Amino acid sequence: MSDRTALPLTEERIAYLEGLVRQARTAAAVFSQLTQQDVDRIVKPMVLAGLEQAQYLARLAVEETKIGVMEDKALKNMVATEFVYNYVKDKPSVGLIREYPERGVVEMAEPIGVIFSLTPITNPTSTVLFKCIMAIKTRNAVIFSPHPSAWRCCFEAVKVMYETAVKHGAPEGVFTCLESHDLEDNKYLMRHKDIGLIDATGGPGAVKAAYSSGKPALGVGPGNTPVYLEKSADLDMAVVDIITSKTFDNGTICASEQTVVIDDEIYDTVLQKFASLGAHICNDKETEILARSVIDPATGSMQPTAVGQKATNIARFVGITVKPKTKLLVTPIQGVGLEHPLSLEKLFPVLSVYRAKSVDEALKVCVDVNHAGGLGHTAVVFSNNEEVIRKFGDVINAGRIIVNSPGSIGALGGVYNDMVPTFSFGCGTGGGNSTTDNVNFYHYLNIKRVARRTQAHMWFRVPNQIYFNMHAVENLRNFQSRSTLIITNAALEQFGHVDTVKRSIPAQTQARVELIPDAEPDIKIITQGVEALKFYKADQIVALGGGSVIDAAKIMKLMYESPEADLEELAAPFLDIRKRVVQYPAENEKVNRARLIAISTTSGTGSEVTPFAVLTDKERGYKVTLADYSLTPDVAIVDPQFVLSMPRGLTVDTGVDCLTHALEAGVSIFASPYTDSNAMQAVRMTFKYLPIAYENPRDEEARTMMHNAACIAAIAFSNASVGVNHALAHAFGARFGVPHGRANALMLPHVIAYNASVPTKFMPSPNQKGYVAHKKYAMMADLLGLDGHTVEEKVKNLVTATEQLLDQLGVPRSIAELGISKEEFEQAMPDLAKIAFDDPSWKSNPRMPLVKEIVELFWSAYRGRGPAKVETGSKKTEKAQSMVTV
Amino acid sequence: MTITVVCFKGDGDRVVQALQEAQEKLDNADGEVLLDFSGVRRVDPNALRAMEEFTGAAEARSVKVTLCGVNVDIYKVLKLARLSSRFSMVN
Repeated sequence: MSDRTALPLTEERIAYLEGLVRQARTAAAVFSQLTQQDVDRIVKPMVLAGLEQAQYLARLAVEETKIGVMEDKALKNMVATEFVYNYVKDKPSVGLIREYPERGVVEMAEPIGVIFSLTPITNPTSTVLFKCIMAIKTRNAVIFSPHPSAWRCCFEAVKVMYETAVKHGAPEGVFTCLESHDLEDNKYLMRHKDIGLIDATGGPGAVKAAYSSGKPALGVGPGNTPVYLEKSADLDMAVVDIITSKTFDNGTICASEQTVVIDDEIYDTVLQKFASLGAHICNDKETEILARSVIDPATGSMQPTAVGQKATNIARFVGITVKPKTKLLVTPIQGVGLEHPLSLEKLFPVLSVYRAKSVDEALKVCVDVNHAGGLGHTAVVFSNNEEVIRKFGDVINAGRIIVNSPGSIGALGGVYNDMVPTFSFGCGTGGGNSTTDNVNFYHYLNIKRVARRTQAHMWFRVPNQIYFNMHAVENLRNFQSRSTLIITNAALEQFGHVDTVKRSIPAQTQARVELIPDAEPDIKIITQGVEALKFYKADQIVALGGGSVIDAAKIMKLMYESPEADLEELAAPFLDIRKRVVQYPAENEKVNRARLIAISTTSGTGSEVTPFAVLTDKERGYKVTLADYSLTPDVAIVDPQFVLSMPRGLTVDTGVDCLTHALEAGVSIFASPYTDSNAMQAVRMTFKYLPIAYENPRDEEARTMMHNAACIAAIAFSNASVGVNHALAHAFGARFGVPHGRANALMLPHVIAYNASVPTKFMPSPNQKGYVAHKKYAMMADLLGLDGHTVEEKVKNLVTATEQLLDQLGVPRSIAELGISKEEFEQAMPDLAKIAFDDPSWKSNPRMPLVKEIVELFWSAYRGRGPAKVETGSKKTEKAQSMVTV
Repeated sequence: MTITVVCFKGDGDRVVQALQEAQEKLDNADGEVLLDFSGVRRVDPNALRAMEEFTGAAEARSVKVTLCGVNVDIYKVLKLARLSSRFSMVN
């Protein structure tokens, strides 16, 4: 019937094998047209046919293989059909199989095509029945290669399934069974280009060959099931379960129990129970005889003649006298490993037992058994101690950890537990397999995910309260406080601004002043401020100043409320604030609480409403940018009385900073209709009022509108972020000591032209439909009343208008005008490009800046303003109206 | 060049029959055979075998075989059965 020689294949043999594959390939192709209803109409009669033939096939298997118990094999055939059907019957396996509407994802099934399937000698017909049902359920064709000593029964099982399947609509050729074959046939088919998957249920050799073929394969690793019988277990139940399982089909299921580790306290009782239920407890001599008879001492492999034999037959073969109805031979062992052969896998009714002095020892012995050939397979624990069960599950590496039930039948699934019914146990990497699952029909599918575009959740977060317009500071009266610390600088105190603030604080509030330098906050200053807050037990902080003072107050509040916060860690980079790794302290973690009221005295940074703060540590030489909405002040006061005396230079620098915020937020990939309304309004107000405030600093309306514009722009960029302009300005400003606003101004026209042109590299932006930056610039041009009919014209006019504004404000036209030589700039360029590229600001820029583009932008700014080069990619005649979809 | 048009309607069995008839006419064809599949919704293994045989016979006579009106499901079947490259396809 079979000839397992390794002779090269003849041409005739190759033609035969090719014919099988062609037939299966055709069947699989045709099968792909069938619907779920078609498939389910075929599966049910197959299952019924399998049930009808369960006993016949079991008898054939036992007669042919001389292994196992007919009654048990019949039961296995029934489990392989009825229980598997019960699992698969209502589950979709064709087309759409699962939907996740909240994620916009659906899963669709794609058949594999042709599966090459090896089936074992130990469970031959049940494995065939199981695989046939899975294959039809998933619209696959299968070529079976049964174990040569179980070929006839497998062929019969395939025939029963095939005839029923074809009768009910499966394509001809959907199952084939290799006729008498040798290992070369298997090798040939395993490497065949038209075989999509190898499903190898069999011995280690077959599984290894499958995995070595280079084809996707499902394989089953070897087993060596440890059992921990712990003292809290129901002993009567445990002993019956173990005997039931270990004697089932004479122990041929690879998940059956191999070594039972028993707590010392119950060991003798357990053995008595085994004996009373028909087990023979071997003495030392009998154990030693068995150890050298049923296991090959050199390799640790089972003697094939023992596999699947009755306990009485095994006893007779080795010369041990047992009672006629003995079910099981129980062999006490003192250790695990090759030197204790009976601790290894025994697919026959010989069960080792080990007396453990403690839970710790018992678990360690179970781990040893697990690692002695059974990694990833199956393990069993009998216990009513949840801690023991959890620990067992933790330390044992097994795909199936069966609790208080029989190992073999438990592992099959669906009988003693709710695991997926299977006849193929995935053993994970421990067993050299790709899965630890109970192999089921899902493993016979390519599952496709159809993922719809989803809109990321957006946000719009602002301080709880914003008070604006002249004398808005008087709203401080509304805030009750026992102890308030005013953080400000000496210049503002001299201007009398601190007194103005104090006058608005309720009389019953103890208000103290902490003066800090008017410079980027340093860690020393922060520490001093926090000490003051602690000393005064402050419940309110009033930050009066520009960006530096307000940033300092934000960090002081953070450290005052959460002293354990690690500023360096909080400054860790992130791409998306919603998915950031480092989390800021939660409300319930705060040890102090203080309201932060920010009163801005410049019209640019908008720090009074932003969630950002910059900190330097001069001693350690680092600078961090903190960003989190928890840093946003609770209250913002935008009172222009504090900016009326702003010098012209500061008016320009801060005003252009405001304009840059608005323009960058407007085209950011995080822009939304909420931020757009703020960004656009701020652009309009800045273009209108900044020149007036510059020309006439005491113009209250212009000052008021610019102060509001700065706050409105900050609201926009707090939620939409900024862009590459800021990245360039940060790098350039830091290197050459140029104020932030002026550095922004030098880059601004060039960046507008750059962003409005067709990107070399698009930035992923799921919330935008297409590239919209140029269209949004065109909208801004419309808002400013600039001329132009097409998008391109409007963008060019926006660039020109920006240049004219900067000219009007006396902003240098180029970096060169600052007195920086070309050589000096060239020398700085590598660092500038690197620092700008590392800057997080551009992560929300609409266009992803390549390093060479950053360099080009720097050089454009060096050369200075001139005619804008804008290539939007829009048709020359494309109108700008109603074009932006965000 | 002579173009012979063969139209199919229905499923696999009709395809086999029509192809067998068409194959008999191949000896007289000296150009291209256009097989109109627009009426075919499904094919079975027999139909695929018949199509394979038909293309073999056509190739032997240097007759080009073109399929038209093949729906995407059948197109995929031809792909899976590695037959699509044996035919020219027109919509």
